[in-house]
Amino acid sequence: MNLFNLIGDFSTFFFRSLFIPWKIRTSKSRILEQVYSIGIGSLPIIIIIAAFTGLVSTVQSTYQMVGTVPRYLIGTTVGRMVLIELGPILTALMVSGRCASSMAAEIGTMRVTEQIDALEIMAIDPYRFLGLPRIVGTFISLPVLTIFSEFVALACGAVYAHYFLNIPFSVFSYGIIHFFAMRDFLGGLVKSLFFSLVIGASGCYFGFIVKGGAKEVGRAATYAVVTASILILVLDFLVAVVIFG
Amino acid sequence: MIEVKDLSKKFDDLIVLDNVSFTVGEARLVVILGPSGTGKTVLLKTILGILPVDSGVVLFNGKSIQAAKENEIYDIRKHVGFVFQSTALFDSMNVCENIALPLVEHTKLSSRQVRDKVQEILEIVGMAGKERLYPGSLSGGMKRLVAVGRALALDPKYLFYDEPTTGLDPVMRDRIVQLIIALKKDYKKSGIVVTHDLDTAEKVGDDIYLLKKGKISKLEQIKKEVYNG
Ligand SMILES: Nc1ncnc2c1ncn2[C@@H]1O[C@H](COP(=O)(O)OP(=O)(O)OP(=O)(O)O)[C@@H](O)[C@H]1O
Ligand SMILES: [Mg+2]
Repeated sequence: MNLFNLIGDFSTFFFRSLFIPWKIRTSKSRILEQVYSIGIGSLPIIIIIAAFTGLVSTVQSTYQMVGTVPRYLIGTTVGRMVLIELGPILTALMVSGRCASSMAAEIGTMRVTEQIDALEIMAIDPYRFLGLPRIVGTFISLPVLTIFSEFVALACGAVYAHYFLNIPFSVFSYGIIHFFAMRDFLGGLVKSLFFSLVIGASGCYFGFIVKGGAKEVGRAATYAVVTASILILVLDFLVAVVIFG
Repeated sequence: MIEVKDLSKKFDDLIVLDNVSFTVGEARLVVILGPSGTGKTVLLKTILGILPVDSGVVLFNGKSIQAAKENEIYDIRKHVGFVFQSTALFDSMNVCENIALPLVEHTKLSSRQVRDKVQEILEIVGMAGKERLYPGSLSGGMKRLVAVGRALALDPKYLFYDEPTTGLDPVMRDRIVQLIIALKKDYKKSGIVVTHDLDTAEKVGDDIYLLKKGKISKLEQIKKEVYNG
């Protein structure tokens, strides 16, 4: 596949799915359904990932810094790492693995079993019916999941620091709160908004372009996750340059 | 009235439709007869603009679907019910939701009215009582009946049937043939029936055409030799 064609098609698809009349009356329930399956459905895995992210970054920061700086700075470091980078990116990668693949598989199956043709023949725009709710659903769910995972990560880090590293809650949280910069938090959130668009759009795009059968559906799921993950990292870099550079 | 004029379509080197022309008159059923793989499904899909044509036009009451803008195409399609060869029922929705979908999307009916309309349709196609089942748990024949029901939802003027009786036992085949005839007689639905089954063609068709090697020709009466040779 030619890269430039891909980028062109992909952006066309994206605008085609969002810049149409939303018909909120009928789209609302489908958007909520997606928010539920992406948001609530991802919670367990996000909690696990976030908990271990918090633990590992606390252990590593302590290992590198203890004895050289005041102990509350460990709270600061963990806080910033989680808010700026680890929270948004790991949540996005997890949701991409879980949801972009299932979107591509679901829409791809509908493509090969002519269900998308059926929508078109019933004069139902398949982009509005299938694309829009998934992209908007991810856009709503991912930032919320990100904030949630940041909270879980910091809480786990604090608990570990308190009981195992001899850094009391008060000290750890002083480090987080005293040096809390709104820009860190919002920057991470802005990133997660971009990531959500990438996840929703590539999940749906690779589903829509499936031709063939079961094998191609499987491949679409793979492409969706790989593309979303690469784009997430590229966007992460670009946003970092703009906001923090 | 649907007028198909000089429709041509090829995939790479494979010529599937070669200057195909015919007309679907008011309250008439046109049967397109042809062996497997001649392009019957492709013909139906090009008529509705799901597949692009290479040349030719299709006029719905004088309005060309090829020249129409996207929302105009959608308006035309609301007047056509399509029964897919594969049925293409939405497998994540039950029978009731499948039939209700076009109503929910295109009309302002209350959920009560939608339910009543779905009931009415299920009665017509003889699937009452099956509304909670999912397509995965229906037999091939029942899926066809539900697909006809879904095609009827918006009360279209035309119905297109793609191989409605293929692969069914004689009882179910007869049931579907009777349904197609009833829909024409009692509900004034005209349309196109695509099939490779001579028997079905004879029973339901007002005008019968043979599609073979991309060419279409009108049959005055079905001659088995023409079809086979
Ligand atoms: N999207 C496509 N791309 C390339 N070739 C296609 C495509 N769709 C159909 N064809 C080819 O066009 C020809 C006609 O296909 P079509 O599905 O219309 O046959 P049919 O008459 O409906 O047959 P059947 O009775 O088996 O359903 C076949 O040779 C098929 O391989
Ligand atoms: Mg066919």
